[in-house]
Amino acid sequence: MNRYFWILGGFAALVVLLAIGLNLNPRDVPSPLVGKPAPAFSLNVLAKPDTTLGPKDMQGKVWLLNVWASWCISCRQEHPVLVNFSKSSKVPLVGLNYKEVRGDGEFDMGKISAADEKKLAFERAEKWLATHGDPYTLTVMDLDGRVGIDYGVYGVPETYVIDKAGIIRMKHTGPITPDVLSGKILPLIAELDK
Amino acid sequence: MIKRALVFALFLASTAAFGSEINEAAQAADPVAEKRLQGLSEELRCLVCQNQTIADSNAELAVDLRREIRGMIKDGKSDKEIVDFMVVRYGDFVLYRPPVKGITLLLWGGPIALLLIGLYALLRYLRQRAGRLADDQPLTADEARRAAALLKEIDQK
Repeated sequence: MNRYFWILGGFAALVVLLAIGLNLNPRDVPSPLVGKPAPAFSLNVLAKPDTTLGPKDMQGKVWLLNVWASWCISCRQEHPVLVNFSKSSKVPLVGLNYKEVRGDGEFDMGKISAADEKKLAFERAEKWLATHGDPYTLTVMDLDGRVGIDYGVYGVPETYVIDKAGIIRMKHTGPITPDVLSGKILPLIAELDK
Repeated sequence: MIKRALVFALFLASTAAFGSEINEAAQAADPVAEKRLQGLSEELRCLVCQNQTIADSNAELAVDLRREIRGMIKDGKSDKEIVDFMVVRYGDFVLYRPPVKGITLLLWGGPIALLLIGLYALLRYLRQRAGRLADDQPLTADEARRAAALLKEIDQK
């Protein structure tokens, strides 16, 4: 009796361990940037290519930074959620367009000059936003993905919630679902924007 | 037929390897730096394909990160500075050998704990068994007589 108890108990413990382990999302890697200041950048604005924007310009506001690209399939999935969000939200949503041209496997980057890449990236980004709707207060262009590296981006889309002091308070990897938005992001914004 | 398919597969594999070589060959001018890059990127996990190192992976992020490491080596950064650069951005998860601290304690201590539990269980079992064996008393005179009678019965059959 005692022996069976131990064997069964061990087996049950193993099942519980596996059930928990297999249900975790391996993509959900905690970001060390949460609680740290948003890394500085100064990138060209999509609508006004001769101006730049950085986290400093957003100081004093709670804002969202959403990493996207026209070649990113999951971005299309979350896009309607963002468009809806932008209609009712009071906080700015800044788009960070990530490697618009070189991230898309379509191009041979050895044959495209830097100027051509820039032109093509702006055209493609604008066209995509015109087709799918533009939820962004504005979008900045990270052509070579350097800013993406500073933000620890490893899979688009990713979204950061940044507080008034410029501290990253949350990072969401993967598409934003209505549940994530209403369950996590909106309550956090409400709390930060008091 | 199979032979032809194999040759074709080999051809594909060789061109794939060749393709990635061309991309990075241009930058691989300095063998010392390249060796450091190799060593460093073998310690770092590619977050896109999580079971590969940055050295193995051909995911775009891995290519970008190798470029970034190359730049830092060129700038004369130490190995520690380069690894810290990665940890600040992607967390301890990028390290194939994460540091021992609160959150990684189970990771490092888990196998040892399991081993200790196993040893304890084994010791307990052995001790119980030894106890059971020690309990075997010699037969009493009465028991010996009965055993002899039984054996005799079998012999007669």
